[in-house]
Amino acid sequence: MARLTLDNELLAREIIARYPRPKSALIPLLHLAQEQDGWVTDEAMEHLAELVGVTPAEVLGTCSFYEMFKRQPVGRYVINVCTNIACQLMGGEELLAHAEESLGVRSGSTTADGMFTVEDVECIAACTEAPCLQVNYRYRHRITPEQFDTMVEDLRAGRLDDEVPPHGTLARVRQRIPAGAAVGPARPGECEEPVWISSRPAPAKGEG
Amino acid sequence: MDLLAAGAGQGRGVAVAVTDAPKIITSRLVHDDSHTLDRYQATGGYQGLRAALAKRPDEVVGEVKTASLLGRGGAGFPAGVKWGFCPPGVWPRYLVVNGDESEPGTYKDRILMERDPHQLIEGVLIACYAIGCAQAFLYVRGEMALAQERIAAALNDAYAAGYVGQGILGSDFSVDIVLHWGAGAYIVGEETALIESLEGNRGMPRLKPPFFPAAKGLYLQPTVVNNVETLANLPWILREGGASFAELGAEASRGTRMFAVSGHVRNPGVYEVEFGVTTFRDLIYAPVYGGGIRDGHALKAFIPGGASAPWFYEEHLDLPLEKGAVDKAGSMLGSGAIVVMDETTDMVKAALRVVRFFARESCGKCTPCREGTSWLEKILERILDGHGRPSDLDLLLDVCDNISPGIAWPPKQTTICPLGPSAVSPIASAVTRFRDEFEARLGGAPVPVTVSMAGGAYVAAPTPAPEEVAS
Repeated sequence: MARLTLDNELLAREIIARYPRPKSALIPLLHLAQEQDGWVTDEAMEHLAELVGVTPAEVLGTCSFYEMFKRQPVGRYVINVCTNIACQLMGGEELLAHAEESLGVRSGSTTADGMFTVEDVECIAACTEAPCLQVNYRYRHRITPEQFDTMVEDLRAGRLDDEVPPHGTLARVRQRIPAGAAVGPARPGECEEPVWISSRPAPAKGEG
Repeated sequence: MDLLAAGAGQGRGVAVAVTDAPKIITSRLVHDDSHTLDRYQATGGYQGLRAALAKRPDEVVGEVKTASLLGRGGAGFPAGVKWGFCPPGVWPRYLVVNGDESEPGTYKDRILMERDPHQLIEGVLIACYAIGCAQAFLYVRGEMALAQERIAAALNDAYAAGYVGQGILGSDFSVDIVLHWGAGAYIVGEETALIESLEGNRGMPRLKPPFFPAAKGLYLQPTVVNNVETLANLPWILREGGASFAELGAEASRGTRMFAVSGHVRNPGVYEVEFGVTTFRDLIYAPVYGGGIRDGHALKAFIPGGASAPWFYEEHLDLPLEKGAVDKAGSMLGSGAIVVMDETTDMVKAALRVVRFFARESCGKCTPCREGTSWLEKILERILDGHGRPSDLDLLLDVCDNISPGIAWPPKQTTICPLGPSAVSPIASAVTRFRDEFEARLGGAPVPVTVSMAGGAYVAAPTPAPEEVAS
């Protein structure tokens, strides 16, 4: 499996070029690898290590810290049910129990057909819309068990393909900095006082 | 219900209350296309940037100081003063935008990023101009896919329109704004952990001193880390003047603030209210806001400022939403997250849920936090499972005391960052105030709270096999 494809390697180099130091691009690049394969493979981590100039172990060190990076295959749809305090008060734990029961898996595992992974997650910033969940990081607010079942059916039937891409794909719109407008990375040791500061000095007694 | 449901793009819309209260940062949310450049320009967009460019950078800093804008991320430190901590003559300086909103109960920055991304971008530009930042990084929480898409689209449009990049609006001010995504870690909301994460590392906090970001931040260069809501105020402040901003509010708390009111209220919602004068009672009970406790129930407790804040009760309802007053009463406004619990709430269960959050999200760097939070979780679990021991309540408080000596407010730290000490306050609140509920669990006596947290029959989740209780 799966080093980055040529297209993705070019995109990776474009992303790296925005940062003063290449390693800063590591989290966006791990997302790119996960978008390509649905999870982060060892081969992809080795490739990223080459691209940013660190050891594969350092890439693994970063990758393993963050919950969103999956180092083994997960379902096409990862369903994250919030059970934190605001959702708990409004039935988040019951919703998780329903998800586990109806899909026949415990939180943290994947259905046998590889379609769904269920996870209980910490607060996802939709507290006034409790109980809430995300499917591949797309929100469902104030969701009932019946709505949950409908969502699962719709996902299975491909009716939500436009809204919910397969696991790994986060934003479908990427930042592109046009070459003519780019200022470029500000590297330590290579920068002086910005011209808009030096050309407009504060009056002598002002402290700024 | 006098509410306007404005489409959030996914799922249900967010309730935005229609009130007479002044709107500074949520004024555009009544429009379905509030995230577009066209709408932004038609509603005063980028006028604050033009006003800033007509001033010297130090005058812009002065304007923000006049506004007395407090940071909206949780600590509530004055933004203009924070900017001033960058040592003179050390370049480059960076601006890092903290869009890693994940404090339980908090729901405001996501709205601002999804629904008004240009307002944030304009705020970033004004801050970079004032501080002299050579590059800005906009760190958006990994789980917020729509916010990432909206900001990416907004940045692409803003570059094309000449608002970002080389020679902004024909001036000598040039800066790149780089959109960066996180990948799921609460601790990264702590500013030094955010910087570690932005350097491509595990998001573990750095020791302060010496690593105060303003002095030694990203790549050990001077770095200002500001919250999304803080920066979103800047366009208005520059357009209308810092003095107009300071006319709103009271004491140290000026302008307006977004509060998310969640839990057992009739109208859960996110409301922008005048800072410093509105009270908790207004926000929880007024028909235009929370609308009161759900039918037939009464208030038991509320969290005034996110999971890290000590709990408040009936007697605190008339406190103003003002930093000084809330600090003095023993809690904090934190990140503007008010979670309301009615009398059906099982406080042992609520305390466990909050503690489990901190145990899961501890980065593991400091022993008192890593070990302490997971022991608090284990002890509370066994109490809930009916295996509690008579000594367990004292043991809980003893572990709390080891994480944060004296269990005081503001908490003392034995750790590099405040995460561990934050876990102590909900436990201490619950055990002190609702000791009878805990004791009832210990002695095998009937538990005083019998009603579900969800208002119906509580369906117990199946008990997982031990090897599956990961995370």
